[in-house]
Amino acid sequence: MELTVGPNQFFWKKEDWSHLYENLAATPVERVVLGELVCSKRLPFYQDAILPAVEELLNAGKEVLLTSLALVTLKRERKMTAELAETGVEVEINDLTALAQLPKGARFGVGPLVNVYNEGTLTWLASRGATRICLPPELPLASVATLAKAGQDAGVAIEVWGHGRIPLAISGRCYHARLHGRIKDNCLFACEDDPDGLEVDTTDGKPFLSMNGVQTLSDSCASMAHQIEALQEAGVSALRLSPQSTGFIETCKLYRQRLNGTLSADDLATELVRASHGMRLSDGFLTGARGADWSGKAA
Amino acid sequence: MVMEIVCPAGTPAALRAAVKAGAHTIYCGFADETNARNFPGLNFCREEMAEGIAFAHARGSKVLVAINTYPRAGAESLWHAAVADAEAAGADAVILADLGLLAYAAEHHPNQRRHLSVQAAAANPDIINFYGDEFGVKRVVLPRVLSVPEIAAINKETDIETEVFVFGGLCVMAEGRCSLSSYATGLSPNMNGVCSPASHVEYVEDTGALSAKLGGYTIHSVGAGEPAPYPTLCKGCFSAGEKTAHLFEDPVSLNAEHLIPQLAKAGVTALKIEGRQRSRSYVAQVVKNFRAAVEAVDQGRALPEGMLARLSEGQAVTTGAYKKTWR
Repeated sequence: MELTVGPNQFFWKKEDWSHLYENLAATPVERVVLGELVCSKRLPFYQDAILPAVEELLNAGKEVLLTSLALVTLKRERKMTAELAETGVEVEINDLTALAQLPKGARFGVGPLVNVYNEGTLTWLASRGATRICLPPELPLASVATLAKAGQDAGVAIEVWGHGRIPLAISGRCYHARLHGRIKDNCLFACEDDPDGLEVDTTDGKPFLSMNGVQTLSDSCASMAHQIEALQEAGVSALRLSPQSTGFIETCKLYRQRLNGTLSADDLATELVRASHGMRLSDGFLTGARGADWSGKAA
Repeated sequence: MVMEIVCPAGTPAALRAAVKAGAHTIYCGFADETNARNFPGLNFCREEMAEGIAFAHARGSKVLVAINTYPRAGAESLWHAAVADAEAAGADAVILADLGLLAYAAEHHPNQRRHLSVQAAAANPDIINFYGDEFGVKRVVLPRVLSVPEIAAINKETDIETEVFVFGGLCVMAEGRCSLSSYATGLSPNMNGVCSPASHVEYVEDTGALSAKLGGYTIHSVGAGEPAPYPTLCKGCFSAGEKTAHLFEDPVSLNAEHLIPQLAKAGVTALKIEGRQRSRSYVAQVVKNFRAAVEAVDQGRALPEGMLARLSEGQAVTTGAYKKTWR
């Protein structure tokens, strides 16, 4: 099973952003997807660092894809999405607008924010040039297994959300701006101080969600630590690891050890919590009664 | 041209009430997980659908069948059968969201008119035209993330008809792209046709406060004797940073009645009313009011005053993303 690093979902300082990709060049992962997924207003702050990072990763032997935005509405966002195709780097579509703008016959990846729930959609995307699909995180194991089989038949590699806060929703409204009494057009980059999103608790103090500008994520950090064998048996070919601000390179290495058989599921879970400074883990979408559940030992 | 009023019907009785009240068009779904309002006691069996469509057609109204959840892997035949049965029942169009189902319908039911559901969240002209080119989609229901000027700009760049929500429940997130409900309950709009399902709601009374919980998460809490709104996840009260508030959206519903003239000018073809779970008397009243409004706009008259105040029942309303400052 391979490891794919997904695009950073958060708004990081340019030097932190570049630092991540410098380090990933020397980290045992097969593939890196990068670029701006969540908010087009963030892009100008680090746009000129993207192609150098791509080059560095390619030189290190990684497969590289550029992500599209998750929700394309504005004219400038449409233009930005169309320009992705001109970079010569394979595009991962996370809004179907990006597919509409790719030249016919181009190969592309499909990210977890495109709704691939069934074989019909998978087959159709394969016929349009999809080479790999990261499935939506909410799919249960039975659906993952059916789609992995369909993927094998159609020549499409199937990936699942392996680690990281789970993208649960995208909106036209910026919640970080709303929290600060601002609107999106005048947000003053309210999200820049929360490199892993801002924790959203219930009024009785239970951690629940995480806000990240126009995106809403889980508070818990998904981890497939206990699901590797089930996913391998289902025919899943890669796990997606989503960047976090603390201990991410170590996290990638820990998953590699788990895949190599040198780290147990329980030990991986323990190490992940330590490396992230105490994130709560979940894997309930795959096998639990609900997304927030965790199949491993209680923390 | 008079804008088309597209009205919900959760039951055959609501469909008949809407037709009699003057709805140009009614939308409804089959009683299973193929539609995004898969609530107990709602929706139509095959026979009721055929009868309802015949009733509407005899009185000059159209019926659209929503088959707008995302087919489950390994069980697509259920959704394929829904498309075939809608056509056999005489539906004027099917409302679809899933790429695979659109491709299937375009190939196997080429003469059945296809609309794109709001659940596909097609939010710009490039993707709207793509659905038209690839699958022959004739109308798109726009997601509730766009302002009126943006809707006008979309209509300038596409020949595909647009339909927008004007009244009723309001999704705060881009539709069809939200798993908040399944994170807390295991059941989601995309997979199960439900959001914040009643099966996972509990009201807990403790030291004078009444908490409404969803999947064990407190969504909001009110003092004794105060009305407790339904715990819809994105309209709950939560804490972040120093603040405790309705961080995503207040418990409001959409009312864009005053924007009807602007939406007409923006080139919108049809106005959609949310609420297949609503009673037939509610549906009839909303239809009457909106029908009067679109006719007034068509004839250049002022909108009838305060037409929907009674139906909002003192509940707060918003014009949502139609005003740019909502974002």
